[in-house]
Amino acid sequence: MKILITILFICVPAFAQQIGNPTTQQGVIPARGTFAIRNARIVTVSGADIENGTVVIRDGKIEAVGTNVNVPAGAQSIDGRGLSVYPGMIDAGTNMGLVEVPQGANGTVDTSEVGELNPNAKAITAVNPHSAHIGVTRVEGITNTLTAPTGGLISGQAALINLLGTAPKEMAVVPQFALVINYPRIGFGGGGFGGFVQAPPNLADTLTANERQVEQIRKMLRDAEAYGRAQEAYEKDKTLPRPDHNVVLEPLVPYVRGERPVIFRADREAEIRGAIKFADEMKLKAIILGGNDAWRVASLLKEKNVPVILTGIFSLPSREDDNYDVLYENAAKLQQAGVRFAISTGDAGPEVRNLAQYAGMAAAYGLSKTDAVKAVTLYPAQIMNVADRLGSIEPGKMANLVVTDGDLLEIRTHIRYLFIDGRPVVLSSRHTELNDAFKNRK
Amino acid sequence: MKKFLLISVVLLLGTAAYAQSNETLIKNATVLTVTRGTLTNTDVLLKNGKIAAVGKNLSASPNALIIDATGKFVMPGIIDCHSHSMLDTINEGTLAVTSMVRTQDVINPTDVDLYRELAGGVTTLNLLHGSANPIGGLNTVVKIKYGRPASEFLFPGAMPGIKFALGENVKRSSTPNTPGVQRRYPNTRMGVEETIRDAFVRARDYKRTWDEYRAASAKDKNLMPPRRDLQLEPLVEILEGRRYVHAHCYIASEILMLINLADEFGFKIKTFQHVLEGYKVAKEIAAHGAGASIFADSWGYKIEAYDAIPYNAAIMTRAGVVVSMNSDSDERARRLNIEAAKAMHWGDLTEDQALKLITLNPAIQLGIQERVGSIEVGKDADVAIWNAHPFSVYARVDTTLIDGTIFFDRQQDLARRPELAKERLTLEQADPNKPPARGAQSPNTPRRRPTGHTDDEIDQQEDRP
Repeated sequence: MKILITILFICVPAFAQQIGNPTTQQGVIPARGTFAIRNARIVTVSGADIENGTVVIRDGKIEAVGTNVNVPAGAQSIDGRGLSVYPGMIDAGTNMGLVEVPQGANGTVDTSEVGELNPNAKAITAVNPHSAHIGVTRVEGITNTLTAPTGGLISGQAALINLLGTAPKEMAVVPQFALVINYPRIGFGGGGFGGFVQAPPNLADTLTANERQVEQIRKMLRDAEAYGRAQEAYEKDKTLPRPDHNVVLEPLVPYVRGERPVIFRADREAEIRGAIKFADEMKLKAIILGGNDAWRVASLLKEKNVPVILTGIFSLPSREDDNYDVLYENAAKLQQAGVRFAISTGDAGPEVRNLAQYAGMAAAYGLSKTDAVKAVTLYPAQIMNVADRLGSIEPGKMANLVVTDGDLLEIRTHIRYLFIDGRPVVLSSRHTELNDAFKNRK
Repeated sequence: MKKFLLISVVLLLGTAAYAQSNETLIKNATVLTVTRGTLTNTDVLLKNGKIAAVGKNLSASPNALIIDATGKFVMPGIIDCHSHSMLDTINEGTLAVTSMVRTQDVINPTDVDLYRELAGGVTTLNLLHGSANPIGGLNTVVKIKYGRPASEFLFPGAMPGIKFALGENVKRSSTPNTPGVQRRYPNTRMGVEETIRDAFVRARDYKRTWDEYRAASAKDKNLMPPRRDLQLEPLVEILEGRRYVHAHCYIASEILMLINLADEFGFKIKTFQHVLEGYKVAKEIAAHGAGASIFADSWGYKIEAYDAIPYNAAIMTRAGVVVSMNSDSDERARRLNIEAAKAMHWGDLTEDQALKLITLNPAIQLGIQERVGSIEVGKDADVAIWNAHPFSVYARVDTTLIDGTIFFDRQQDLARRPELAKERLTLEQADPNKPPARGAQSPNTPRRRPTGHTDDEIDQQEDRP
């Protein structure tokens, strides 16, 4: 059966499998074409599941979906009997491509700029298309990540990327999707993945320090508003004094005008409330990234329509007296409260491939299985305003598809085919290559 | 350590006794025996702490606790062969050889993560010293008898063990140089070998001194015994096959180094821990007779983890190595069922092979396979009841029993929540627990809990100079 399917699917270009040549995975990008996945179970996510359906892919897009669709002449056919087709998974909280080896290879780390305020740092600039993490992640059915910088108070701008391409430009779906702000944490230093400093001994000092940090962010955003107004005024009336350009303030303008979202990293209740209040005051379009305490703030999140990208499903509860399943249940509680959410690994890179298990665990603790799949497909696409292109199987959407031999979220399920941007991706990675090289060593 | 009154009280409540009986009959379950296949519609009778019977339509005495497990799955309690739970400190990092220190002296039975691990079906832990030293401290094997005093946690009859470590952590690759302070030896993988060799050369001489003394004192009762050396005694036990070596390692060359060194001195490595590149030298590990206790798929977090692949378990298992999946993390320990299932996803191990990774195989690696690791009559009544197949991502633990006693029960946990919430509220409003006003001491910040690779977390190596 397996062999049969493999034989039927002969369009995949052959790849060299040798070790030590990083271009083997990335050097050749498979061509788009016309494909038909036939007689498969199609989990459209946006609508009902289709048993024995066909998905037609042409020129990078999903052309048709259904039980009775025309397969264009010349389409390469994939026998989908016994298989399921899902939209590719999306992890909306990673540093994918910005760091190869976090410890001991500082030269491979491009996550945090020097200083506190770096709105002009753009993740898309530093994404390494040839990172081994990208291949390792996509062969598990993750086709897209939000890749975010992490440092300081204003970390920079996150990019939504396809996990395929030889240049950042080829990977970018939304190159500058959101501004990332580490909402200042009381008693905690730094931000992002792992910063930790003991609380200063005096609460008043701590609170003052916290307020000072918030004020730093506020001032920069106000400056950007003023900058935007000044530039606009000058464009309308060239007799005015010409304002200098400023590379740091310039990129902030669409964010302070609410045209693009601002991601606040915030896990604890105080920080989530602080971020919501701050976004309200500054009229920002807020998204919470982290959200461990989001269940405690659910009614406010709902009221303000602030979505949450949950990264802590597999974190330990932060309080000793928390229920043991408090973070497993977080997603289900947000769902019940009507808060928009998505599930993410929150990982720098290596763990992102396990995204399905994060969603599965949420389903073990109260989230419906359907919502768990949505939490890693359609919901992140909606939160990132790309639901017209990603997150479900509908005609016209980008053909980011995963074909499996079972439930997408189950661990034992295998991925059989993968399409990104309508391109059939070989299911090899640095890890399959090393496996092939050593599995038969005698 | 400072603790809020609130926390202490809730912890005490958390250990409230369940309804217990010395006899429990689990009825009509799917039983994953590990050694005798999967049995459907089967009963398991637990009596006086042991598995008394496995079969269909078993009966029990009238006072037995009956658990209807229709539609549920029973599996042996999970054994985590690499844990640092309940250790108040992990590394004595001042010396390169610290075989004189014991994890048993720093176990904290009130660590709430123990309860969280029970809720993941885990019943036995191998508590290891950290990886700061080529030869680290002594281990402790425990059953998670949360709510009992520390002495009741100890697993009677478990083989004594010791932690060794190789590679980046003992070289202190991530520790910056301090001006004016000499780096600790060793600084290279060459020095790691020589550190261990030196210790075993001394241990061999020490053993000979004692052997000679014992032989001579049989004739002359007035001889003075040699001075005891607490650092070398455990190494003599290793040479005599009375103590298991659990060796933290990553890359192929250092794995081979330790195999060669152990062969030279005539002892065995019981387990290579982490052993991320074990798949590259699987036949050599198998030939030595060592086991491997690994992560399912962690990789890329440092240079020596860059060649790690998730096919490690499958390749080593097929080469004849006894493999287990461990956590090295209080967080990951809660979902070792998922970690084991990954060996079916990557490398296509059979279900029984994958089940062994977290049950019988770690039991073998700790010398407790006659007591735990499978569901067989006569073994300890350490079992977990799951609401679905434990290899399903949607599975949840309903009940965990150790020696026939319930230490976790989801329904009872849920039932207690309203009462605890009420009590929490009362305590929060009590005067001593009110949030401090400005200028007062800051509230306790949540303790940093290791979620990744505890071994490797520098901030956990708190005894470092």
